[in-house]
Amino acid sequence: MTGGSLFLETFFNPTIIARYLPDILKGMLVTVEVAACVIVTGIALGLALAVVRSFRLRAVNFLIIVLVDVLRALPPLVIVLIVYFGLPNVGITLPSFAVLWLVLSLVLAAFAEEVFWAGIVSVRKGQWEAGRCTGMTEFQTLCWIVLPQAIRLTVPPLTNRTIAITKNTALGTVIGVPEILNQATTAQSFSGSATPLMMGALAYLVLFIPVVIVGRWIETRFAWRRG
Amino acid sequence: MLDIRALRKTFGAVEVLKGIDLKVARQELVFIIGPSGSGKSTLLRCMNRLEEPSDGSIFVDGVDLLSPKTDINLMRRKLGMVFQSFNLYPHKNALGNVTLALRKVLRKSAAEAEAIAMAALDRVGLKEKAGNFPSQLSGGQQQRVAIARAIALEPTVLLFDEPTSALDPELAGSVLAAMGDLKKAGMTMVVVSHEMRFARDFADRVVFMENGEVVQDGPPAVLFGPDAHPRVKAFLSELSH
Amino acid sequence: MDAILQQFFNLDIMAQAAPLVFRGLGMTLLVCCAVIPLGLVGGLLVALGSRSHSRLLRGLLAGLIDLLRALPPLVLLIAISAGLPFAGIRLSPFACVTLALFLNTSAYYGEVYRAGLESVPHGQWEAARCTGMTAWQTLVHVVIPQAVRNVLPDLVSNTVEVVKLTSLASVVALPEMLYSADMARSVTFNSSPIVLAALIYLALLWPVVRLMSRLEHRLGT
Ligand SMILES: Nc1ncnc2c1ncn2[C@@H]1O[C@H](COP(=O)(O)OP(=O)(O)OP(=O)(O)O)[C@@H](O)[C@H]1O
Ligand SMILES: [Mg+2]
Repeated sequence: MTGGSLFLETFFNPTIIARYLPDILKGMLVTVEVAACVIVTGIALGLALAVVRSFRLRAVNFLIIVLVDVLRALPPLVIVLIVYFGLPNVGITLPSFAVLWLVLSLVLAAFAEEVFWAGIVSVRKGQWEAGRCTGMTEFQTLCWIVLPQAIRLTVPPLTNRTIAITKNTALGTVIGVPEILNQATTAQSFSGSATPLMMGALAYLVLFIPVVIVGRWIETRFAWRRG
Repeated sequence: MLDIRALRKTFGAVEVLKGIDLKVARQELVFIIGPSGSGKSTLLRCMNRLEEPSDGSIFVDGVDLLSPKTDINLMRRKLGMVFQSFNLYPHKNALGNVTLALRKVLRKSAAEAEAIAMAALDRVGLKEKAGNFPSQLSGGQQQRVAIARAIALEPTVLLFDEPTSALDPELAGSVLAAMGDLKKAGMTMVVVSHEMRFARDFADRVVFMENGEVVQDGPPAVLFGPDAHPRVKAFLSELSH
Repeated sequence: MDAILQQFFNLDIMAQAAPLVFRGLGMTLLVCCAVIPLGLVGGLLVALGSRSHSRLLRGLLAGLIDLLRALPPLVLLIAISAGLPFAGIRLSPFACVTLALFLNTSAYYGEVYRAGLESVPHGQWEAARCTGMTAWQTLVHVVIPQAVRNVLPDLVSNTVEVVKLTSLASVVALPEMLYSADMARSVTFNSSPIVLAALIYLALLWPVVRLMSRLEHRLGT
């Protein structure tokens, strides 16, 4: 057997690909599901926190800042383990899918809040005043004048963060969420072949390369608009 | 119409307004002049509570502006304001800048808001530019859109804070012309500006402020004439150099 | 309430686990000391390579960066540690972790540097060259100082991410802080050791995170 065919046999074995392709596809579906849930709840929660923060209530803002800082400083895997193994012992049992969703949503919300807040403070004071002078309430001014401008500034950094955090769905494997990596490592240990690992890696590339390219496009487009 | 009594404003330990009394009658144009830092902007911003006055009272059409029971959003709508730096909304075109408050504050339908906005833009001579975004308008055009945004809400008083000082003289002319038209149409206006020609032509009264106090208040003929207060004369001769 | 304290903040268990967790911290710091300098240098190579005149090199680098940005670091790590032995290459867990994180962070540092170099207007180059400086002098004395200042928050935030990423090493049994804490958890059936690890991560990273959001907001306005 030549080196080349040995390599193919080990990393791209057709029989094993055929056997485990359904599992990997199932894993892709789970990854997409978790990712979609995380993106929606994470960004919505982040925006809500930034809006609440813009009311500048001291005690509330202090809590928000502490929460956001902690979530930004801790490795997500640490939070996943604390929630997954700790909560059952105090009487709260969540399925692993829910734990992953909850933790990653909170982490994304923390980063999104920072980005949205930076966007809000970067809108000049005169815009607030102009809105208030036409009789709009503070909340209306925020919704119709400040946020539309702020969000435009936040699109590129938020896209990058969202991609990075969405990739953390792979952490689900540690607590048994049947996503791509979990399927791939399980298949690898059953088959004793490296092929499922390659399939898993390729599955991630198939899902995320388009996202990365779209992210890059968004970055240049919005950067150009601003300049 | 507008009645300000013993208005005071302090920033920290600094007293910027030291008891201002000012009355503005219906359809009157009151023109405020004074050296930099004399508190002109602060006075104007107190009139619609962008700054919270420290003491004194402001009545608009008999309504106590400073009373906690007053709906400040309702009153702000009646006190239109035009800024030195325009403060147009960059994410909306000229029409969108004018219709936003009509829709969100007055709850007009889209068609109604658009009709009112087009009429307002027409009054400042910018009907053709309704679709342009602020970045596609000259400074003078931007400022006229800002005026249209204010008059579309049918304010009882319009406040101008140095509306032309960010503009080249050629562009300032179009803005001053639009303001003159408003005056002729009977709008009540308070204008802080250095455009003395405009004051001579259109002001009913000129108010000279210095160090947070009103030094002299009278018709333009008096303040720009031989009977002006010596400090006014000094200021004006300084300005013309 | 008491159950929560017992489960997450049990001081006795924390004290028992502390020696293990702190030994793990040593390993975490060791990984950081290997990965951060390697990543900084790798990123610089990526950034300079992306400005090279060779289209082939630029294309290859762009492809590689997209690849590394699309792969979750944990997938990269497991592919290296579980996949390479099949190719007859056996690396220690430490080497696997270092290699995986080096590849991952080089791509991110590279992007940061690139943004930094692009943030300096071309006029700066021209002005410096007109005073007789060489290209290299211009880069070192004029461009890089401005570039670094412009992307300092991103540089710091990327480094924070690297420190957090080292926790992934626990999955491939490198006895760093999270691995040690999780061992202690599985022996004691109590989450306090992981909470202790979390507190140590906070002690290390919170000040940096705080500083970062200050920097970001100052630049934002
Ligand atoms: N938000 C603020 N905090 C502290 N001091 C302020 C504030 N706004 C204004 N001041 C001070 O109040 C004084 C009056 O300012 P104001 O802007 O009203 O002057 P002005 O007459 O409009 O001057 P100019 O002709 O330069 O616009 C100044 O000394 C200024 O420094
Ligand atoms: Mg002023």
